[in-house]
Amino acid sequence: MTEVLSAPLVVEFPFTRSLGPVQSAFLTGLRERTVLGVRTGDGKVLVPPVEYDPATAEELRDLVEVAPTGTVTTWAWNHEPRCGQPLDTPFAWVLVRLDGADTALLHALDAPGPDSVRTGLRVRVRWAAERTGAITDIACFEPYEGEVTEPQAAPHEGEFAGEAVTGIVAHARLDYTYSPGRAQSQYIHALSGRKVVGERCPSCRKVYVPPRGACPTCGVATTEQVEVGPRGTVTTFCIVNIKAKNLDIEVPYVYAHIALDGADLALHARIAGIPYDQVRMGLRVEPVWDDSSKDSRYPDHYRPTGEPDADYDTYKELI
Amino acid sequence: MSGVAASTRVAKEPVAVVGIGQTKHVAARRDVSIAGLVREAAQRALLDAELTWADIDAVVIGKAPDFFEGVMMPELYLADALGAVGKPMLRVHTAGSVGGSTALVAANLVAGRVHGTVLTLAFEKQSESNAMWGLSLPVPFQQPLLAGAGGFFAPHIRAYMRRTGAPDTIGSLVAYKDRRNALKNPYAHLHEHDITLEKVQSAPMLWDPVRYSETCPSSDGACAMVLTDRAGAARAPRPPAWMHGGAMRSEPTMFAGKDFVSPRAGKDCAADVYRQAGVTDPRREIDAVEMYVPFSWYEPMWLENLGFAAEGEGWKLTESGVTELDGDLPVNMSGGVLSTNPIGASGMIRFAEAALQVRGQAGAHQVPGARRALGHAYGGGSQFFAMWLVGSEPPTT
Repeated sequence: MTEVLSAPLVVEFPFTRSLGPVQSAFLTGLRERTVLGVRTGDGKVLVPPVEYDPATAEELRDLVEVAPTGTVTTWAWNHEPRCGQPLDTPFAWVLVRLDGADTALLHALDAPGPDSVRTGLRVRVRWAAERTGAITDIACFEPYEGEVTEPQAAPHEGEFAGEAVTGIVAHARLDYTYSPGRAQSQYIHALSGRKVVGERCPSCRKVYVPPRGACPTCGVATTEQVEVGPRGTVTTFCIVNIKAKNLDIEVPYVYAHIALDGADLALHARIAGIPYDQVRMGLRVEPVWDDSSKDSRYPDHYRPTGEPDADYDTYKELI
Repeated sequence: MSGVAASTRVAKEPVAVVGIGQTKHVAARRDVSIAGLVREAAQRALLDAELTWADIDAVVIGKAPDFFEGVMMPELYLADALGAVGKPMLRVHTAGSVGGSTALVAANLVAGRVHGTVLTLAFEKQSESNAMWGLSLPVPFQQPLLAGAGGFFAPHIRAYMRRTGAPDTIGSLVAYKDRRNALKNPYAHLHEHDITLEKVQSAPMLWDPVRYSETCPSSDGACAMVLTDRAGAARAPRPPAWMHGGAMRSEPTMFAGKDFVSPRAGKDCAADVYRQAGVTDPRREIDAVEMYVPFSWYEPMWLENLGFAAEGEGWKLTESGVTELDGDLPVNMSGGVLSTNPIGASGMIRFAEAALQVRGQAGAHQVPGARRALGHAYGGGSQFFAMWLVGSEPPTT
């Protein structure tokens, strides 16, 4: 039994967010050290503000300014802060009801330890030194015993000096450990020996390349290994004229579906060794492996074998 | 169901479309949040139906993969904007066909008398991300995707051309038609006022045989419908569209024997819809078709797959002008996916256009006297299919 492969897979992307009027005012306000909420039809003040009333679905646009001081309504101690969290030392996740608000805001509380945190604790905003119009403009909350001097739910136009923040970039990152499973691991191991090995379905007898460990038509496990190719037939193709960002291939090039001899469905690969405009359906091809690259498990491309073209009827069921 | 006599079955509740709303589809709606975008379509649908949030019993929402905008389970955050708090809210996900299957899940809730009036909505805000990135994650041990989205479909188009002997100009005729139809649709994304067939045919070839002019745009948009029962339809201020049949089918992306040119799941799905609606000759009995055509050549391909033409003959309908807005079987009156593509919403826009047609509410792209229209969606690697047939009269069975 060959070893089942495993490797890290990191998925990350800088998503952009259009804020809409309410979030735009909220984040612009944070940049200017002002916390805005929104007033609902029945007089409640929601902080952070939302665009639509959770109870009535009415559009909410009446902004109000609340105090940067408030009360912890509940909390949980975070022993091991992770990358990207508000503080890099242990802290409390808190829900804070700011003075003048009826709902609570989630943020971090900088406190020496869990013994110093309790529901009902009075806290205030610690503003970030550099503010850009983001929730991180509130660096965190800190315990505060002073009086409330700031406005409490005073109407606010939502307008500030300087340009309004209308969009943000939200970086997202997910860390996976990816395993292709038993069948594909065996397929990949065989490729390093320059063999293409599929699996035959015990029920319909079709040979799957690459194998997925099961036949999608019959719903049964596939285990019988079958070496296919190395030669095959181009069943169909397209000529790619736009350069892909992460691929070091000069355009135009041919992207083809190739039915390897003995396989019951086509795999996808690049065709070279022939002018791109001479590639045709039925062309007989063979793999070209790249000796210079140790990492490259797959054939670099396929090239014509020089055999006569396959007759359409021999591969039309594989298109 | 075995053991249950047919006479004891309760007939399904007839389903009516009484409200339709969409946003003006554009490349980027930077002025609204995702919540603001869906709200706009939903409110227009309520306005059309002359209903309020309180009249809605449940909300069924659909969109393409969460990776497209990077908001995981956005339906949770959109409940407020859609008046769904305290009501059942369901999310449907079937890749590009999702707008169609979302509408069908909503319709089934009415047909099964689970709910009387359901708001259904689908959206995509493609400007907040990059769909191509969302579809091509760097999975370890696998060969990097060599060709992009168009490169996935272009070889199948070549296979269609080989199989049918279609002249290579057919794709451009579809694109030229759909873009002209879009000029009559105020909600369409692309309004190419100076479009000519020559321009379509001289556009750069991206994935030969697919030209740039024969591909869909990337759009921000939402589409919503209010579906209701017979009693709800009786109260509707405008003529409803009645559902005569609806079905979904799926098949694996890859399997030995898969026919990418005319997938079995698509044929079966259409056959099921026609059976429900009592349609035996779709070409003659259906007045207008709004189908999911993201690359122009899929029009003749789907014409065959959906039974409007014999195998190998679909392109002849396109070539002879049958599918033009004033043709015998108009296809993609709205301008189609080729003119508007907020991916998750695209299927529902097809369904909504079919309903608009039989309600007589399609404005400048109205097919005069349309009585029965088909809405069609597909998605993934031609693996999910969803269709409905709507009519101006209530179903008789």
